Amino acid sequence: MPAFDFATGLKCRVCGKLYPKQPLNFCTDDFGPLEVAYDYAAIASVISRAKIEMRPFNMWRYRELLPLDGEPTVGAQVGGTPLVRADRLADALGVQRLWIKNDAVNFPTLSFKDRVVSVALSKAREFGMRTVGCASTGNLANSVAANAAAAGLEAYIFVPSNLERAKILATMVYGPKLVLVEGTYDEVNRLCSQVAFEYGWGLVNVNLRPFYAEGSKTMGYEIAEELGWRLPQHVIAPMAGGALIGKIYKAFSEFETLGLVAKGSTQKVKMYGAQAAGCNPITDAVKNNRERHKPVRKPNTICKSLAIGDPADGMYAAKLMRESGGWGEDATDPEIIEGMQLLAKTEGIFAETAGGTTVAVLKKFLESGRIPRDEEIVICITGNGLKTQESLAGSMQEPPIIQPKLEAFEALSLLGEKKRQVRQPALV
Amino acid sequence: MSLKVEIPTPLREHTNGLAHVAVTGATVQEALDDLVKQFPAIGAKLFTEGRLRPHINVFVNDEDIRYLDDLQTAVTTGQIVALIPAVAGG
Repeated sequence: MPAFDFATGLKCRVCGKLYPKQPLNFCTDDFGPLEVAYDYAAIASVISRAKIEMRPFNMWRYRELLPLDGEPTVGAQVGGTPLVRADRLADALGVQRLWIKNDAVNFPTLSFKDRVVSVALSKAREFGMRTVGCASTGNLANSVAANAAAAGLEAYIFVPSNLERAKILATMVYGPKLVLVEGTYDEVNRLCSQVAFEYGWGLVNVNLRPFYAEGSKTMGYEIAEELGWRLPQHVIAPMAGGALIGKIYKAFSEFETLGLVAKGSTQKVKMYGAQAAGCNPITDAVKNNRERHKPVRKPNTICKSLAIGDPADGMYAAKLMRESGGWGEDATDPEIIEGMQLLAKTEGIFAETAGGTTVAVLKKFLESGRIPRDEEIVICITGNGLKTQESLAGSMQEPPIIQPKLEAFEALSLLGEKKRQVRQPALV
Repeated sequence: MSLKVEIPTPLREHTNGLAHVAVTGATVQEALDDLVKQFPAIGAKLFTEGRLRPHINVFVNDEDIRYLDDLQTAVTTGQIVALIPAVAGG
């Protein structure tokens, strides 16, 4: 008898057709996305705040709401990242209450992708798969490579050949079969869609996608719990494929269904999405009121982790932003760099370019008045700046190099008006 | 024009297991119409009210038809029209 298994199957988001749990990402009637369905009444009878609080602080403390048949066998330590009260960034931006959900320090590969990968690979093992893989803009590649290595699974990883060198090296080190594909992420992704079904492998964001995407919900559960079992008024998340923003909202809604947060609180949350101006199909759909996004053929931005021109969940993300009362906005490359630096200088958090995008977009929403300065805001930081250091090249002043002499140090302009304090000898 | 339509694995039950179906037509629309003529069961999977369903992407020799002329994209002999489920990635 499994320890927990409240996932009843897969359900098409377009026509509602039900499927047994299997490695399949779309409805064979209309190609609509499949999503995991749960027996919430059964979950409600076994879950409580007290029970969750007794468990270790990682993503599996919400295990009843994740689609595994048994215990996780991959990524048992993932999640449980800090929700940082960001008062210095709040002061710099002129807001009162701001928090950062900091997945830049998620374990083991420093991005939120470890959440989705631990679910997907645990599920792959339940399906008896020995070979896994993904199409990736970088963070997912790192995570699949690392988690597959730790689980002893064979991994095939496909990335665009122009990816940041750091992300390529930080994938290779785990020893997967890494393939650089000449093309955009969307072209890599299409190749993976063909590979997944031809070879029967578990590609986490293709045929395992319904299970994979559920892992993102844990970011939302943690935000609600870390706020003291309540929901914020505004949440800003970066968008690549557009799944995360929807899963955070789903997490809030599930907590409400289960009585873990107050009734009616989900509908008060406004969801906002951030993209780079050089690849903004979802924010463009929001701003121009398009039902379907217009794909971006050739993304052009330093924010490669968000450079998905044809996002699978674009339509749903755009709908959510509009219907929740939120909005979508995009940031230029210089604004993204400025956002990274502002976050680092005020909060000591070095986020990757996607984090800079999110901070830049928050700034724009405050300036335009779309988000009031006196309400509660949570921004989601999804990846670590150490992975995208090359994006900062040339944006900061080079540090001085001096001889190891006091005179040389004192001659530096960086001392400004500071005067050396003459210290009296200590009295004995 | 005689060309091939590439069928995604989960839909091959409607094409007698064929991965590629030979069709004729001067546009993507005509090529897919011929596919549906040969295998009527696949028609309702691809189209709804005469329009292509939103979660399926069509490629002509590796180019998404949304960047070309959609269903009116011209095709020539020997080309491959690939049908690929859109819900992946991210």
